[in-house]
Amino acid sequence: MTARQAGSSAEDGAPPGRRAHGDLQELFDETIARDQRIEPRDWMPDGYRKTLIRQVAQHAHSEIIGMQPEGEWITRAPSLRRKAILFAKVQDEAGHGLYLYSAAETLGADRADLTQRLIEGRQKYSSIFNYPTPTFADVGVIGWLVDGAAICNQVPLCRSSYGPYARAMVRICKEESFHQRQGYELLMTMMRGTGAQREMVQDAVNRWWWPSLMMFGPPDEDSPNSARSMAWKIKRHSNDELRQRFVDMTVPQAEKLGVTLPDPELRWNEERGRYDFGTPDWAELKRVISGDGPCNAERVARRRAAHEEGAWVREAAAAHAAKRAARQRKGVAA
Amino acid sequence: MSDDHVYLSLAEGHGDGDARWAFGTGFEDPLHGVSTAVPEDVDRAELAALCLALGDDALVTAQRLAEWTTRAPELEEEVALANIGLDLLGQARLLYARCGQVDGTGRGEDAYAYFRDADDFRNVRLAELPNGDFAFTIARQLVFASWRLAHFQRLTASADPVLAAVAAKGVKELTYHRQYAAEWFVRLGDGTEESHRRMRAGLDQVAPYLGELYAAHETGTEVLAVLRQAGEAAGLPLPDAPPLPGSGRRGDHTEHLAPLLAELQSVARAHPEAAW
Repeated sequence: MTARQAGSSAEDGAPPGRRAHGDLQELFDETIARDQRIEPRDWMPDGYRKTLIRQVAQHAHSEIIGMQPEGEWITRAPSLRRKAILFAKVQDEAGHGLYLYSAAETLGADRADLTQRLIEGRQKYSSIFNYPTPTFADVGVIGWLVDGAAICNQVPLCRSSYGPYARAMVRICKEESFHQRQGYELLMTMMRGTGAQREMVQDAVNRWWWPSLMMFGPPDEDSPNSARSMAWKIKRHSNDELRQRFVDMTVPQAEKLGVTLPDPELRWNEERGRYDFGTPDWAELKRVISGDGPCNAERVARRRAAHEEGAWVREAAAAHAAKRAARQRKGVAA
Repeated sequence: MSDDHVYLSLAEGHGDGDARWAFGTGFEDPLHGVSTAVPEDVDRAELAALCLALGDDALVTAQRLAEWTTRAPELEEEVALANIGLDLLGQARLLYARCGQVDGTGRGEDAYAYFRDADDFRNVRLAELPNGDFAFTIARQLVFASWRLAHFQRLTASADPVLAAVAAKGVKELTYHRQYAAEWFVRLGDGTEESHRRMRAGLDQVAPYLGELYAAHETGTEVLAVLRQAGEAAGLPLPDAPPLPGSGRRGDHTEHLAPLLAELQSVARAHPEAAW
C-alpha cells in the first residue's frame, strides 16, 4: 500500500484521522525512502507540509520579484531582438510564479494570502533580487550567473519528493536554462563589441559574482533547516556542495568570455579536482535577507503598488462572474 | 537529467565549441521560406510606406504594453499583456525588415526603431497615448486590435507575398488580442460601479482618436460593429466625439511620442557603434 492509498479517504473510505498515526508516518517514510513522490492527497507530516509551503512560496515570490530588476530594461533594450528575448524571459518568470503558486495551493495554501504575506514583508524571496541593475550588461550577467546559479539549485529539485513541485521544476528548469544561454550569448556578443561594452560586462560581473554565490544560502554549518529538508528529499544537496558545483561550472565559461571573476583566491586545486574560492561576505547576506539590501524596499513597494492598484480590477472580475452566474441560474430557472 | 554537472547535461548533443553554452539562442530569419522579391506590379514606395506605418503602430503599442510589466493587476494579466506586446513586437520586426527590402535603403529593423525621431514615425496617435489605468489600456487595445485585424484580413490578399504572409500570421494573433480586450471590456463594464465608471472614462478618452483610424484605412464600419456589440454587452454605448485634427500617418503626434522614443532609443543611441 502506498501512502496515497492509506491517506486518501476517498479511495478507502477511512478518513486519515482514523488511521493510526504511526502507520501513516511509516508509509510516508517508506515512500520517501523508495524515492517515490508524495502527492497532494497523501498524508504528510505537518512539518513537511509547512516546510514545503514556505519553500515553494518563497520560490514563487522570487520569480515574481525577480521580474523587476530585468523588467526595467525591456523598454530600453538596445535592439528589437534583445527586446523580444527580454520581454519573453520576464513573461516566463510570471509564468513560473503562477505554476509555483499553484503548487503551493495543492498543499492548502492560498495565493492571495501568500501575496499578502509577501507585500507585508512576512515571507521572503531570494535576496539576489535586491541588487540594482544599472546597465544593460546586467541583463546578460543575470542570465549567465543568476539563472546559472538558479539552475544548479533547481535541477536537483526536479527530483524533489513532492510531486507537484518536482513537475513544476522540470518545466521551469528547461526555461531557466534557455534564459541562462541567452544571457551567455548576450555577453559573448558584448565582449566581441566595443571597449565600452566590454567594460560594462566586467563591471556587471564584479557586482554580481559574490551575490550569485550567496544564492546557495549560508554555509552548511549555519543552515539549520537543511538537514531535515534533505532527509525529506525536499532538498537534495547541501548549500556548500551546490555552491562548489556552480563555481566549477562557471569558471571555464568566464575564461572563454574573457572576463575576470573578482576573487583573488580563486584557483584550480589539482588535488581536489575542483576550484578553491574565497568566502562570500556572509554579513552582507544577512543584511540583505533581513531587509537591508540596496533595493529591498523598492521591490516590495512595487509589488504592493501593483497589487493595490489592481484591486478594483480583481473586484470587477469577481462581481461580473457572480452576476453572470446569477443570470445563468435565472435563465435556467425560467 | 543528471544534476552532477547541470550545464553539461543541459548542453548535451550541442557539440564542444564555446557556443554550446549558448545553443538555441539563434533566431531564424523571420521571412524564411517566403520569396522576398518584390512583384513588378507593386508600387515600392507605397508598400514601404505601408509597412513602415504598420510597423510603427505595432512597435509603439508594444512599448506601451511593455510598460505594464510588473504593474499588471494580476499575474495572468502580466502574462497576457506580455503575449500581446510580444506578438506586436514580432509584427513590427517583420514589417520593418520588409520596409528595408523595398525602400531601396537596405536598412535593418533596428535602423527604423532606434534611429528615427518622432517626426519620422507614422503610427496613429492612439498607440502613443500613455497607458492610464487598466480600463484605458483595455479600451485602446480593443479598438486597436479590431482595427488592425480588419486591416490585416484584407492584407492577406496583398500583391506583396511578404506582406500577405505577415498579415496571415498577424490575423491569428490579433484575433486573440481582440478577444482578450473584449472580454475585459465586458467584465469591467458589467463588474462594479467603479469599474464601469473607469471603463466609461477609458472609452471616452479613446473616442476622439477613432476618426484617425478610419481615415487611415476603410475599416471603420467593422470596428464600429465590434465596439457596438461589446458596448451592448458591457452597457457602454460608444460616445460621439469629433475626430481630432491631424494624423499620425502624416507625422502629427501628441507630446507623448518623443519621451516614449527617448526611452526606447536611449541605450542604442548611447552606443551607436555597438552590436547587441
